[in-house]
Amino acid sequence: MIAFIIRRILQAIGVLIAVGLIAFSMFRFAGDPVNQLVGIDTPAAEREALRQALGLDDPVPLQFARYIVEAAQFDFGISYQFRQPVSDLLASRAPATLELAVVATIFALVVGILMGVYSALRRDTALAKAFQAVSLIGISLPTFLIGILLIYVFSVSLGWLPSFGRGETVRLGGWTTGLLTGSGWAAIVMPAVTLGLFQMTLIMRLVRAEMLEVLRTDYIRFARARGLTNRAIHFGHALKNTLVPVITVAGLQFGSVIAFAIITETVFQWPGMGLLFVQAVQNVDIPIMAAYLMFVGAIFVFINLVVDILYTIVDPRLRSSLRAPT
Amino acid sequence: MADTTPGSKPVVDTAHGPTTGDMIETPAARMGVLARAWDSDVAYSFRRSPVTILSALVALTMILAAVFAPLIAPQDPFDASQLNLMDGFTPPGEVNEFTGNTYVFGTDPQGRDMFSAVFYGARVSLLVGVASVLFSLTVGVTLGLLAGYLGGRTEALIMRVADIQLSFPAILVALLVFGIARGVIPPAQQEQATLFVLILAIGISNWAQYARTVRATTLVEKSKVYVDAARLIGLKPFVVMVKHVLPNVTGPVLVIATINLALAIIEEATLSFLGAGMPPTQPSLGTLIRIGQQFLFSGEWWILFFPAMALVLLALSINLLGDWLRDALNPKLR
Repeated sequence: MIAFIIRRILQAIGVLIAVGLIAFSMFRFAGDPVNQLVGIDTPAAEREALRQALGLDDPVPLQFARYIVEAAQFDFGISYQFRQPVSDLLASRAPATLELAVVATIFALVVGILMGVYSALRRDTALAKAFQAVSLIGISLPTFLIGILLIYVFSVSLGWLPSFGRGETVRLGGWTTGLLTGSGWAAIVMPAVTLGLFQMTLIMRLVRAEMLEVLRTDYIRFARARGLTNRAIHFGHALKNTLVPVITVAGLQFGSVIAFAIITETVFQWPGMGLLFVQAVQNVDIPIMAAYLMFVGAIFVFINLVVDILYTIVDPRLRSSLRAPT
Repeated sequence: MADTTPGSKPVVDTAHGPTTGDMIETPAARMGVLARAWDSDVAYSFRRSPVTILSALVALTMILAAVFAPLIAPQDPFDASQLNLMDGFTPPGEVNEFTGNTYVFGTDPQGRDMFSAVFYGARVSLLVGVASVLFSLTVGVTLGLLAGYLGGRTEALIMRVADIQLSFPAILVALLVFGIARGVIPPAQQEQATLFVLILAIGISNWAQYARTVRATTLVEKSKVYVDAARLIGLKPFVVMVKHVLPNVTGPVLVIATINLALAIIEEATLSFLGAGMPPTQPSLGTLIRIGQQFLFSGEWWILFFPAMALVLLALSINLLGDWLRDALNPKLR
């Protein structure tokens, strides 16, 4: 198993280097970095000096190696539009995005599991059918339209919730949080629901399917024969066994949640990394785009790695099948 | 292993035509092509599903309206000479107090008829959607066939790239491609190039799924006797791939293409909404929604509502058609 873990980690590093190659090619070849950093009237000698200082005359493989080493130390160069180090910009925006993603995932888990359990236990009620319809809408409506709809209902018509921003934030060391103030919580409700809706429908369908499967098994029948209450059977026995795949899916989806936050953050003008990325795309701020790609890539690779390793530890049956070279 | 997927059967049948000698003489065989199509399993399942008929009608109406927009629309919404500023902000169906004009869908601040704007917007959305689906289909099917048929290193390389790309959301890939293209293309040509950049960006972000499916189907087909026979009579690998394997993978590809058309239209709308898509001078439905959002708070809801409804109807009806097609052809997709 140690061999598998080592091979899996090497594979993850390989993927990261591939992502880094794409990020580097963007950084180096999409537009001239020097032209982006200087004004029109900068003399040629100064441009040449900057070119030397940035190491742009070195062989490309050397530049790539330097880019990877610097990226590993969280140095992604300087943003063209803000004239600040990209890593500082990302670090100042990261708390907003991570808080949003975590709240959205918790929302999706709690509501999705509740809806899934209900629609599995009371399959033929009107409410269960309504849940199915809601999940269909959640999958087929574009995310940004759901966000606009929420703004229209809760900000424009009812005036209950703010339509943009994070509300008041509190600094805790290097981390700014909106979760300690009332206005922060009011501001996060709609973005989190918008972002979590897709995951919620996914989890609801999964829980429903798994519950229906589990409720048919022998050990549930045996539990009933023992005279356990419905509540103990449904929640103590059935639900517990559906949670493993649910948590796996929620974990694997976390990377997507962060990536999809691009859309939600734009709709609600949420000051996170996604909004930064969209502005970078609009203004062709390549260093930010490249750094964001590396960041999201690292999250995806890390989550997949952790899930794979946890699986082999938790489930010995997988170990033999994983020996096959990949 | 079953023989060819049900979906590919019609393709094979029409290729041989009704004159094939060994065909059993059934009433169906004597009917014309249209009548036989009407009698087929696919058409039967179509007639049986009212939801599918309704979505087909909606999709067809919207596609026709988009294609013939210049003929149907009351005005060319992007020809400034046809606009009257006095008509600005006319609510839908109401008479404008200055000009006496009435607009079914209302007007935007420049007095642009939203009814015409939606038609022209749907036209751009559909154009980008269809073109990008064709692009990713061509790339994906080619690479999938190569991977499945040739195997070895080619296969490992193509599928590994597909795996990595599939782990990222399509919208992120499309945004990156769009951003890179913006960096490469000189500013003067950017506006005309946007349409092609979008097609490229959305196309690139979706090829991997075709490649995966086609590779899987190709692997199944490759082990069949007819491929061995074709190889034995000395046909070149290219001919075997294109003339013999390709026709038998069309069923699943058709299903993915339909569902992907709905996704591509939504992806385009999302990109345009994010400001990384069609410019306001040549708006798609997404651009119109982006513009309309600015008037949400001032009460001019119709500038947002009608483009949004058009987008939802278009995407939903095509999506439902795709779902139906998947069930009707029942290819081994998942």
